[in-house]
Amino acid sequence: MHAIYPLTLAALLFAVGVYGVLARRNAVAVLMAIELLLNAANLNLVTFSSLLRDQFGMGQVFTVFLITVAAAETGLGLAIVLLLYRNRGTAAIDDARELGEDGALGLRRIPQQADGEDGAAGRTTSPAPKAVTK
Amino acid sequence: MTTRALTSTTGVEITFVLIGLLTFGAAILTVTVRNLVHAALWLVVALGGLAGCYLLLSAEFVAWVQVLIYVGAVAVLLLFGLMLTRAPIGRTTELDSGNRWAAAVVGLATAGVLVSVIADAVRSTWFDPRLTVATGTAKSVGSSLFRYWVLPFELLSVLLLAALVGAIVLSRRDVSADADTEAEAEVTEQSQPKAPAQATEAEA
Repeated sequence: MHAIYPLTLAALLFAVGVYGVLARRNAVAVLMAIELLLNAANLNLVTFSSLLRDQFGMGQVFTVFLITVAAAETGLGLAIVLLLYRNRGTAAIDDARELGEDGALGLRRIPQQADGEDGAAGRTTSPAPKAVTK
Repeated sequence: MTTRALTSTTGVEITFVLIGLLTFGAAILTVTVRNLVHAALWLVVALGGLAGCYLLLSAEFVAWVQVLIYVGAVAVLLLFGLMLTRAPIGRTTELDSGNRWAAAVVGLATAGVLVSVIADAVRSTWFDPRLTVATGTAKSVGSSLFRYWVLPFELLSVLLLAALVGAIVLSRRDVSADADTEAEAEVTEQSQPKAPAQATEAEA
């Protein structure tokens, strides 16, 4: 097999993941794009393991490690997204911009506590209550 | 690793290109489709296609691990996340961020740079995946895992335990440092289901 096929596929998957991380608004969708990024790295590892015939099984063992790390990352990331949703009533990461400056990079200013206007079609109940403050 | 012309395609290459096109198309749909649940299901297609790619690259054990963990566990975890955050189920226009076109430019630039560099670097690199079939079996991977990579393996188990504990702590509502916030949390809301933590536990 020519090495250009799997490596090009990995590069294209990585680019798609980069686009997804930057363009998605929902935090769970961003996590999906991060999975694509990690899988592009996995494909590179497997390809070079097969290409270089490493005697220590490095590429494939590291792929298994990376899959495990990605599973842990997804679990923790979803817990954080859940916490964001509980505290703010939305999982849209565009609304979490307390640390951003007004009008930075020409991005549109999204009002915080966007309760009614964020167009969540499936939401039926009111947003989650406020965070427990210490 | 030998040198051969690009035009002499084999059956494995044709199969790989077909599965690769399926995977790439599913990945594109994952990040562009306007229905969030459909995006998660297209992600399942993309990850399953990648498992097929691993099989063609003679990484048999990694392919089945991919099917078990990604297609099985992570996809269910993401669907749980969609359910718990009450994500919009139907089509919605609010899924894409305001900086979508900047993201498209960055993604296209990434693809252009990476693909051109890689295509230039491996222009005449040719390998036969069938020669490395023996290194991809479960026996071989397990042997090298416990012979050369034992310490990273054990560290990874500690990492999984830490992630499990962290997910539980983050997901629970009634865990607090001091008693008054705990009481306040109890009157605020009942505890929510702890699906991410349990799923991580199942993978561990």
